[in-house]
Amino acid sequence: MLDRAAPETAKDKATRRVLFRGAGFVPASSRFGGWIALALVIAIWQAAGSAGVVNPLFLPAPLAIVRALYELAASGALWQHLSASLLRIGVGWLLGTAAGVAVGFAIGLSRLARSVGITFISALFPIPKIALLPLLILWLGIGEEPKIATIALGVFFSTAISVYSGVDAVPRNLIRMAQSFNVPFATIVRKVIWPGALPAILAGFRITASVALLLVVSAEMIGAQYGIGAFVLQAGNLMQTDQLLAGVVILSVFGLAVGRVINWLETRLLHWR
Amino acid sequence: MDLIANHISHRFGDLAVLDDVSFTVRAGEVVAIVGPSGCGKSTLLSILGGLLLPTSGAPELRGAPPADSLNPLTFVFQDFALLPWANVEENVEFPLLHTQLSAVQRRALVDDALRRTGLTDFRKAYPKQLSGGMRQRVGISRALAVRPAILLMDEPLSALDSQTRELLMEDFVRLLADGGMGAVYVTHNLEEAARLADRIVVLSRRPGRIREVVTVPMTRTERGETAAREKLLALQNQIWSLIRNEAIDAEREVQHA
Repeated sequence: MLDRAAPETAKDKATRRVLFRGAGFVPASSRFGGWIALALVIAIWQAAGSAGVVNPLFLPAPLAIVRALYELAASGALWQHLSASLLRIGVGWLLGTAAGVAVGFAIGLSRLARSVGITFISALFPIPKIALLPLLILWLGIGEEPKIATIALGVFFSTAISVYSGVDAVPRNLIRMAQSFNVPFATIVRKVIWPGALPAILAGFRITASVALLLVVSAEMIGAQYGIGAFVLQAGNLMQTDQLLAGVVILSVFGLAVGRVINWLETRLLHWR
Repeated sequence: MDLIANHISHRFGDLAVLDDVSFTVRAGEVVAIVGPSGCGKSTLLSILGGLLLPTSGAPELRGAPPADSLNPLTFVFQDFALLPWANVEENVEFPLLHTQLSAVQRRALVDDALRRTGLTDFRKAYPKQLSGGMRQRVGISRALAVRPAILLMDEPLSALDSQTRELLMEDFVRLLADGGMGAVYVTHNLEEAARLADRIVVLSRRPGRIREVVTVPMTRTERGETAAREKLLALQNQIWSLIRNEAIDAEREVQHA
């Protein structure tokens, strides 16, 4: 027979609750918390600017930055700079990603490519790619090519590393399973290794998008007439800090947009996780 | 089609795992392989299924597989080995994709395999949505879809709870009942071995050698009857007495490793 004690009758002075010790370590973000905090910071910033607490030369108020952005857009200069940067990032990122995916898969799948590839990647990855820009200008001239090549190089190494790490992380039991059904090599790569490595590859895209943004700004600051980096540098030289920060806002929005695209890709392609 | 382990020995570096293991799995026969931990049971199964090259000896086939068999030697894995990005029917269809079958023929095989394992209503579910038992059913369904001559099962129930094990064991008994499909069943569970196998290969501690081959003296149908329980228990005790001391030694060895 089960012993069913009545808790009411069992209570006395010696009875106490067991303390709850399981709180915390499960941070959940509020849906609007971030936006409210951002709006609050902007409001304080604007109030400080309007009250004259902050010198607008050093830190222009948000409204001044919005005005600068509007003027940039109205004059057509925004598109001129933005399109130049987008072209460089787009072409550089695509070239670097294509080469990085190919080399990453080769390293992940071939003993020879792994032996050779990892040595070269380990040696060349730590080099700040922007340091190669002068050399690339010597090799490729002063046009778009050296800037695109700098971005492509930066993207290539990070992509190759994330791809071969992703391939390495594909559970071996899935590959053995496919082999046990005599599935051909190409089908195993397409149906097992590619989807298995995709989470790491998409995580790599997130990093390479930042790398590309960093490099395009750096490269444009060194040698470009148009582009967001060139625009920010020119604005700084002329002490037009409202325009300088307008350029920074554009870069921030670009970074956010890329993040959104990658989030969307992850939702679409990794729904099974 | 018979599957023959022909003087198979295997080493991992300096570690001898299997030593001169020979036996034959005849067409339609279920052979269980039992032995102490680390005696090379799973290694032997990988070698028999062509996933691992033995140091010496060889796995061999004798006779032709059934005409409709798309993969005569087919594994059922302990960890299910399901593609997490594919739903149930895509997982079951996966081994058929590279065959010459048309989409309609593939669909028919998938439908049949899902029906035999009771998964028809779960065909669109993803592995993460399924319980362990259901996942293993998908693994079995995928194996059935290629019409195997011999199933190579590597502790297929060890990752499951006891109730699910019982249900799947009933499924195995049913699937193997007509003798149209043989199996090599690696397990550490003597009850499963006694319940399912026609013969039980008892391996010694590492390096695994054949200690004894025990024939189960009744049909699988008879084993389901109450009267058979005592006999099966006696058989399990007989096998346990063969491996008990070595199992203790093997466990101590693992603890000291």
